[in-house]
Amino acid sequence: MRSTVAALLRKELLVELRTLESVPGMSLFAVTTFVVFHFALNRSTVEGDLGAGILWVTLLFAAILGINRLFVADAEEGGFDGFLLAPVERTAMLVAKALTLLAYLVVLELVAIPAFALLLLGPPLGHALPGLIGVLALGDLGVAVIGTLVAALAVRTRARDLLGPLLGLPLFVPIVIGGARATSPLLTGAHNAAPAARWLLTLGLYDLVFGLIAYALFDFLLED
Amino acid sequence: MAALEVEGLARHYGEREALRDVSLSLAEGQTLVVFGPNGAGKTTLLRVLATLLRPHAGRVSVLGSSLPDEAWAVRGRVGLLGHEPLLYRELTAQENLRFHARLHRVGEERVAQLLDAVAMGGRAREPLRTLSRGMVQRVAVARAVLHEPELLLLDEPHSNLDPAAVELVAPLIGRSSRRTRVICSHDPAGMLAEADLVLGLRAGRPALVAAAAEVDPEEIAELYR
Repeated sequence: MRSTVAALLRKELLVELRTLESVPGMSLFAVTTFVVFHFALNRSTVEGDLGAGILWVTLLFAAILGINRLFVADAEEGGFDGFLLAPVERTAMLVAKALTLLAYLVVLELVAIPAFALLLLGPPLGHALPGLIGVLALGDLGVAVIGTLVAALAVRTRARDLLGPLLGLPLFVPIVIGGARATSPLLTGAHNAAPAARWLLTLGLYDLVFGLIAYALFDFLLED
Repeated sequence: MAALEVEGLARHYGEREALRDVSLSLAEGQTLVVFGPNGAGKTTLLRVLATLLRPHAGRVSVLGSSLPDEAWAVRGRVGLLGHEPLLYRELTAQENLRFHARLHRVGEERVAQLLDAVAMGGRAREPLRTLSRGMVQRVAVARAVLHEPELLLLDEPHSNLDPAAVELVAPLIGRSSRRTRVICSHDPAGMLAEADLVLGLRAGRPALVAAAAEVDPEEIAELYR
């Protein structure tokens, strides 16, 4: 399965590099949203719970832009059929798509986190960065798996642009809650701040559960 | 041995019947040509045989494997050339074929060989969106035969191809390829000569199933009236 995942992943990244349809849009959306919050809240800095909430909600909505486009090239250009005709494990597509989305999220956060720190965040981020990277990694994993599942379900319907977010948002709520609660202590400026362990554990368990659900369901989503 | 055995095949999309009571048998190495007006069910039949659609009733056996239960055994032994080229517009011809070669575990040398065979070697590194439809169709032919399929499913294979290109792809998908073939066509004059067996579909039902030698072209013309 490894070589199939590698072939699919390579194709995904090549198509994105040529079209730049997802990642630039996601990044621009996140930065613009931080600017909007900056003016809408009528305050120059945020911290703690408010900062964590703004950060996670913005990242989630930016991720949805990428999720909506995740299978579009396959559906419109016959890539699904090409893949289904090959004697390969269907799960390879789940893994490749989730890794693609994970890569998109990492690039998004490389742009969005410095923009957030610059435009909105009060306390300096430096000492909290290792903890934040850990929380983001767990959150990204869940968003990537659930996003892939939801995108695969939505892309075969006529209302895919609507159905993706409608199906996905309720499933993403626990990730936003867990991510924001785990991030909140990191954005207070305290020097010994660490992410809350129980929320990290919650995120990890949620990722594991949805990883198993996606593994069990994905084949059926690709079938006629 | 029969490459295809179909008995009482039915397939519907919601309330609409796309195929009903289709039965036929095709021996290895033979060619079935399917005629019928638009919406007669030709493409649906190809997609069922390619394992992309499930039959809703009847018995379908492809290359000795029963569908849909043994579809996994058929994949990789079938080549499909449909209305869509099943290629990514942003990738080059070479990248597209390499991608499919990896999925089918075919070596790189086969990709180069096929690009030359369809006379696309010179433009193999240009994105497909910059190529003409005829050129894309030639790449699609190469994609369909990349893994040396035993059964070729061809939906109007010569669409967008000029006469020279039709000659060019003949060794790959023509009678000389010696593969079992199912061809959907609207061109009785050209395709009847290729056929061993003819199936005429009208509104999803078989209006004509006969050996090609016994078919009067007028019977095919009647399907379109």
